[in-house]
This record gives sequence, C-alpha cells and structure tokens, in this order.
Amino acid sequence: MSRSSGGAALKVTDAVPVFTALADATRLRLLGRLSVDGPLSITRLSEGTGVTRQAITKHLYALGRVGLVHHARRGRERVWELDAKRLEKAKRYLDQISAQWDAAAERLRAFVEDQ
Amino acid sequence: MNTDRIEKRVVLRAPRSRVWRAISDAKEFGTWFRITLDGTFAEGRTVRGSHERFKVEMLVERIEPERYFAYRWHPYPNDPAMDYSAEPMTLVEFTLEEVEGGTALTIVESGFDRIPRARRAEAFRMNTEGWGGQIKNLERYVS
Repeated sequence: MSRSSGGAALKVTDAVPVFTALADATRLRLLGRLSVDGPLSITRLSEGTGVTRQAITKHLYALGRVGLVHHARRGRERVWELDAKRLEKAKRYLDQISAQWDAAAERLRAFVEDQ
Repeated sequence: MNTDRIEKRVVLRAPRSRVWRAISDAKEFGTWFRITLDGTFAEGRTVRGSHERFKVEMLVERIEPERYFAYRWHPYPNDPAMDYSAEPMTLVEFTLEEVEGGTALTIVESGFDRIPRARRAEAFRMNTEGWGGQIKNLERYVS
C-alpha cells in the first residue's frame, strides 16, 4: 500500500487538537461569525451572544492555539480573523473518510445492480 | 460546518430486498466492502474482520429487517500494536427506502467529535498513511 495521497490534508495528529477545539457551540458560532463578517473585535464578537467578553477572549485564544484564528491590529483595535486554510485542512481529514464511503457505495451499487 | 457526521445518499437500481441482503448478510457485506468477516450479523454481536492491512471490529447495534442496519466501529485502520477497545466508536447507519426504480440508501457515520477528546494524539500517529493508501486503492477499484 502506498504512502499518503492526502498530502494537503492535515496530519491526523494535528487534526486532533483542531477537532477538540471545535467541539464547542460558542466556538463554532465564533468561527461562523468570522467567516461571514470577516475580522472583528472582541466587543463586536460578544455583542448579542449573552457570553461575556472574557469568555469570548478565552475561546478565541483556544481557537488561536490550534491555528484556526489569529489576531491583528486594525487601527487602534485588535481584531480577530479566521484562518480558513487551517479549517479547510481539518475538513479534508473528514473528507478522506467521506471519500471512502463514496467509493464503498459505488461498489455496493455494482454489487446489487449487476444481477 | 459539521465535523461530527458524514452522510451519503444513493439510489440503487435494485429491489429493496436485494440491497438489504447485500448489507445485512455479513458475507455479502464483506464482498463489496472488501473485508473478510468472521461471523453473521446479529444485534449485540461483535463481528471481527480483516482487511489487507488492518483489523476491524463491528459491534452490531440494531437490525430492522429490510429497513435499518446500524453498527459501531473504530473508523480508522488500526495499528496492530494499539489497544483501541476502550475508545469511543463511531456509529454507522444504513437506512433503506423504496423509491421509484429502486432503493434509496442513506449511509450516516457519526460520532467523530467524541473521538479527539478521548483519544490521545499519539494513537493517531499512523492513520493518515493508512487512509491515504486505502483511498488510492478504492479509487483504482472504482475507476
């Protein structure tokens, strides 16, 4: 069996902390917000969420540690930005399993339709 | 963005009873899935199987004849040196439905979000290679 064909995908070892960081509703909402609205300050991110700024900050740092977001300066304020590439790589890991099911379903098709 | 489940739906041009047999009969399942299984599927039973390079264990969760088949397993090729028995498994569900011209089959694998929490990073170390090679084989087979 040849070596990895998923060269661009995240190594599985690296995918673990990413998925762990994602297993939280507030964090998923933060990522969703950043992907739609672009870079935002913590103040903006906590508006209307019912979650304190301190808690939002903690979640952002957790996401930052696994490379899903990073912060930058915009004028006087600090804004948080999504690192889409990292997220895409983590998704690709599931895509590999997904591709396996596609292939299995096609083999099943050949198996039941050929008789 | 859903990191917990994978869902597939296909319409097969075959009667539901035919599709059901291909899924619920361990020997037939093994044929198209390309795995050698050592027993028959029954609720609560663990069926062991082997692939070219790795072993699998399928814990049969539920069988509703002609309609639903579900089992749990570890979704990655196993490192023979590792003991995976205490780790969370994913749930794989096959649901059949009669449609015009054949049978609609939905396959759902879920529970991925629980794995990283429980599994130590080092347990994953060789699995990327395993899937990479596996997918290449599958691509060759279906193309």
